[in-house]
Amino acid sequence: MENKQRNLAYNNYVKEKIPKTKAWPSLFYSFLVGGAICLLGQGINDLLLLAMPNISQQSAWGYTLIILIFVASLLTGLGVYDQIGKVAGGGSIVPITGFSNSIASPSIEFKSEGIVYGICVKMFSIAGPVIVFGTVASAGVGLIYWIISLF
Amino acid sequence: MLDYLWVFLIGGLICMIGEVLIITTNITSARILVTFELLGVFLQAVGLFDPISAFAKAGINVPIVGFGASLAKGAIGAVKTYGLLGVFTGGLAATAGGIAAAVVFAFVFALIFKSHTKK
Amino acid sequence: MEFGKTIVLKNQPKIIGHYSIVGPKEGKGNFGEFFDYVMKNDCFGENTFEKAERKMLEAAIMGVVQKAKMTIKNVDVMVAGDLLNQIISSSYAARAFEIPFLGVYGACSTMAESMAVASVLVDGGYCRNVLCCTGSHFSTAERQYRFPLELGNQRPPTSQWTVTGAGSCILSLEGKGPRVTSVTFGKVVDWGVNDVNNMGAAMAPAARNTMLSHFRNTNTSPKDYDLILTGDLGKLGSEILVDLMDEEGVSLGLNYNDCGQMYFKREQNTLCGGSGAGCCATVFNSYIMKKFEKGEYKKVLFLPTGALLSTTSSQQGDTVPGVCHAIVIEN
Repeated sequence: MENKQRNLAYNNYVKEKIPKTKAWPSLFYSFLVGGAICLLGQGINDLLLLAMPNISQQSAWGYTLIILIFVASLLTGLGVYDQIGKVAGGGSIVPITGFSNSIASPSIEFKSEGIVYGICVKMFSIAGPVIVFGTVASAGVGLIYWIISLF
Repeated sequence: MLDYLWVFLIGGLICMIGEVLIITTNITSARILVTFELLGVFLQAVGLFDPISAFAKAGINVPIVGFGASLAKGAIGAVKTYGLLGVFTGGLAATAGGIAAAVVFAFVFALIFKSHTKK
Repeated sequence: MEFGKTIVLKNQPKIIGHYSIVGPKEGKGNFGEFFDYVMKNDCFGENTFEKAERKMLEAAIMGVVQKAKMTIKNVDVMVAGDLLNQIISSSYAARAFEIPFLGVYGACSTMAESMAVASVLVDGGYCRNVLCCTGSHFSTAERQYRFPLELGNQRPPTSQWTVTGAGSCILSLEGKGPRVTSVTFGKVVDWGVNDVNNMGAAMAPAARNTMLSHFRNTNTSPKDYDLILTGDLGKLGSEILVDLMDEEGVSLGLNYNDCGQMYFKREQNTLCGGSGAGCCATVFNSYIMKKFEKGEYKKVLFLPTGALLSTTSSQQGDTVPGVCHAIVIEN
């Protein structure tokens, strides 16, 4: 009991003591980089539509996302993406490129444990939840629509 | 030209909200991705995503919010066509391109590159 | 409060050799000029960082044996440890030398733990020369405790930078060098901090406990020491320790410092400073020992702290316990 109180008091004290860093620079950079990545996506999309006028808007989006994912994986491999992430934070995590980075980075990191147990097993160690939650949530939404459609 | 400005502003804003979450709660990047993805699923499910997307374009489609929306959109669309089967096939089918691209490129680049020490 | 156990050494083993090897970033830090060897890159010619860490420990063992002007055959026992699971770096380094090996784990306090065990072995007359060695590697620790190197995430303001480096020393009754006069084995202390990015706060209570135990058991106070040096509490942790000791009526003045806090230069962007088993090991076996050799220090209290968590314990929501062992070195 006594320890609980002491721990609580200590944790509160530590919270006070933690250096307050200025939030503005990282907010600014996350905005800048995040906006820039979206802008890049829009640019690629519009160029694709311009170059291949007969593909559908939906296919163009598909290609755009694949190109962004490719670029992010490549930058991850080259060791550039983590440098961007250090400055941009949310700006390079939230876009689809962040998803790509979180699949590519453990794959590259655990290459030393072999192709099967390293690259393949560890590939989803960070982005796995994204696929699991996404699949479950979409199935949930689909199920609700199916039930509604019954009536 | 104004379109591009909106793409930049909305995309930047969404990412900045992510950064606010990181700063205030110290959550890891996996949780950030999941949060925004589920936001996309929700927006699509209640029908808010398409109106925003028509206006924000890549600003909301490039963030993982768009990925979540595609999952939900795929599931809803497949339910309409295939019934109950669509509940299971719709979501992943709609996002298969993104997931496969991430897996394929990660695999290839993992074979080529090595981790770099941080400076 | 329960106190730690202090052993006053009658025969006072001497530190007859010391060696330090660090990575390139560490070489550019505040202690750069004092290290025996600065690696040109973090891979050290190996294809994985784990092998590089092992090679670093091997280099530290070879180096200290040469500096003490003996051969590896003269070493009776090696006491070593590191941060990797099952302390593989130390065990595999020991495999290369075919000498009796005691593996110890005290997280970042391992240098003091190995020296304390070695001092007791030598002091009791059971061993003639005991080699102590500890090291850590940024890239291996990062992947084991945190995230892949290439993941684009940000480090929280309380985080510290694991030092790439290894330090070693040889304790013996024969030969010349500063003497280890007493050791205090600390308790595991946990004050309920569960932020794995704030090791300083998690370990400061352990440092407080061991420091108070040591002062009480040896009847000394901070002013009896030229330097009181903690391991890797970092900037935040050492400020917390000063506050905690103040509450106990012990004021740590200018003679108190922390290896982690001093390790890197401001522009090296390590936030709260250095950490890792290699942090205090390399500072102690370079800068501190050289100061002793110059006669600038007469009596130093060295008390590195360690955070005894694993990824499993933190993922299961457990808090971070700390431990701290103290040794006193006198000239």
